[in-house]
Amino acid sequence: MKKLGSRLLAGPYLIWMVLFTIIPLCLILYNAFTTFEGRFTIENVMAITDYVNAKPLLLSLNMSLVVTLICFVLSFPLALVLSKYSKNKNSIIVMVFILPMWMNFMLRTLAWRLILLNNGFLNKGLGIFGFNPVYLMNTKAAVILGTAYDYFPFMLLPIYNALVKIDKDVINAAKDLGATSFIILKRIMLPLSLPGIVSGITMVFVPSMSEFVIADMLGGNKVYLIGNVIEQAFNSGYADVHLGSGLSLSLMGLIIISMVIYKFFDKGEGGHGIW
Amino acid sequence: MVNGIKKTAEKVYLVIILLLLYIPIALLVISSFNASERNKAVWGGFTFKAYAELIQDEIVMGALYNTLLLAGGASLIATILGTLVCIGMINMKKRSKSFIMGVTQIPLLNSDIVTGISLMLLFTRFADLSFVTMLVAHVTFIIPYVVLSVQPKVLQLNLSTYEAALDLGASHLYAMWKVIIPEIMPGILSGFLLAFTMSLDDFSVTYFTKAPGLNTMSTMINAEYRKGIQTEIYALSTIVFIIVLFVLFIINRRSEKAYKQREESGVAL
Repeated sequence: MKKLGSRLLAGPYLIWMVLFTIIPLCLILYNAFTTFEGRFTIENVMAITDYVNAKPLLLSLNMSLVVTLICFVLSFPLALVLSKYSKNKNSIIVMVFILPMWMNFMLRTLAWRLILLNNGFLNKGLGIFGFNPVYLMNTKAAVILGTAYDYFPFMLLPIYNALVKIDKDVINAAKDLGATSFIILKRIMLPLSLPGIVSGITMVFVPSMSEFVIADMLGGNKVYLIGNVIEQAFNSGYADVHLGSGLSLSLMGLIIISMVIYKFFDKGEGGHGIW
Repeated sequence: MVNGIKKTAEKVYLVIILLLLYIPIALLVISSFNASERNKAVWGGFTFKAYAELIQDEIVMGALYNTLLLAGGASLIATILGTLVCIGMINMKKRSKSFIMGVTQIPLLNSDIVTGISLMLLFTRFADLSFVTMLVAHVTFIIPYVVLSVQPKVLQLNLSTYEAALDLGASHLYAMWKVIIPEIMPGILSGFLLAFTMSLDDFSVTYFTKAPGLNTMSTMINAEYRKGIQTEIYALSTIVFIIVLFVLFIINRRSEKAYKQREESGVAL
C-alpha cells in the first residue's frame, strides 16, 4: 500500500529553493571571487578590511549590539509582567504590545522622523516645558532609536512565548522552599526562557546588522552603515557588482560567525519556532 | 504592602512602554488631520483634505494595490508549496528531512539585503525585472515562515485516522483533503497570515528586485517621503492602523473563544 505523503510532494518546494536560494547564493559567491573580466580574485572579499568599508562595518556592529541590548532590557521585564497577566498569546493585553509590528515598517520609521526633526514634535514638546531643543535628527542616536522601535516586538514575542510555557508549579515549589524573587528570576525564569531569548536576540541582531534604510531616513548621510555601503555598490553611479557581492559575502560570513560564537556561549537548545 | 508597590510598579512599566509604542503612531494619525502643510508639529486646523487627495493619488493607490496583490499572491503560493513539503516530509528519512529543514533556514539566517541582492543577480542575468520577479522574490523569503508553522502540526498528526479513511474506501487524495488538511489547518492559516505580514512589511528584498516604476508601499514611501505627498502617507498610515486594529480584534475574539472552550472541556494546553 502506498503510504501517506508521497515524497514527490516535496518536489516543487525543493526545486523552488534550489532555483531561488541556492543558485542565487552561488551567484554571489561567483561574483565575489571574480573580477569584471572574469578572472579569479580575493580582492572583493578582502575589501571589507579597507578603512572605508571597515569603519561602517564596525559602526553597524556597534549599533546593532546597542539596539539588541536596548530591546532586551526593555522587553524582558515586560514579557515577565505580561506572562503573569495572560497565558494566551492572542489575548488583548499581549496583542496591544505587538500591534505596532503590524504597521508598515516604513510608516513606523517615518513616525520617528516626525518626532525627531529639528522642528518636530520632540522639540515642540520640550519647548512647551521650557527645555532647550535637542538635535537628534541625522545622528547615531536617532538611528538607534528608530531601529530599536522597529524590532522591539521581535524580541518581546519569543521571550514572552518562552516565559508563558514555564510551569507555575516549579515557581511555587521554589517559593515553598524559600527562594526569593531574585533567586527565582535567576535560577528559574532566565534559564527556562533561554531559547526564547536566543531567538529574540537573533531576530533583532541579524536584521539590524544589515540595516540601511533606517540609517537613510533618520541618519541622513551622516550615519553610514555597512548596509549603505553594499546598497551603494549595487545602486549608485559607481555600481560594482563584484565589490558589492564580495562585501555581502563578508557580511554574511560575519553574521554566521557571530551566530556560531553566540550559540557556543549559549550552549542551550537554540531558538526554534519563531513565535 | 511590598506586594502593592510591586503591582503598581508593574502597571507603571506597562503604561510607559505602551506610551513609547503608541505615541509615534498617534502622531502619524494626528498629522494626517493637520491642515498645516509645512510643519506637522504646528497645528494648522483640522482637515480631511489628505484623505480626499489620497484616494485620487495614483502613485499611492497604485503602490497599495501592488502591495496587496503581491502579498496575497506570494503568500498563497508559499502556503501551497510549504504545506505540500511538510506533508511530503512525513515519510522521509531523517537525513532528507534535516536537509530540507536546513534549506528552509537559509532565507531566515540571511539578512534581507543578501537575499535581495542574490535574487537580483539571478533575475538580471536571466530575465527582466517585473512583477513576476518581485512575486518570486517574496515567495522565496516568506516560505520558511509557512514551513515552520505547518511542520509542528504535521508532527502532531495522528496517522490512524488517515489509515481508517483509506480502509473505509477513501482514495489517497480524498483522505488527504478530508482528514489531513483539516487537522493541520490552524498551522496552515497561521503560516499564511505570517507570510502575508512579512510580505506586506518588506522593504529590502522588494527594493533590490523591483521593476522600475513598480512600487510597493514601502518602496513608494522611501521614494516619496521627502516630497509633497507626506500628508497623504500619514492619511494612509491612519487607514492601515485602523485595518490592523480591526483584523487583530477579530482574531482576538475568535481565539479567546477557542481558548475558553479548551479551558471548559478540560483539555490540557
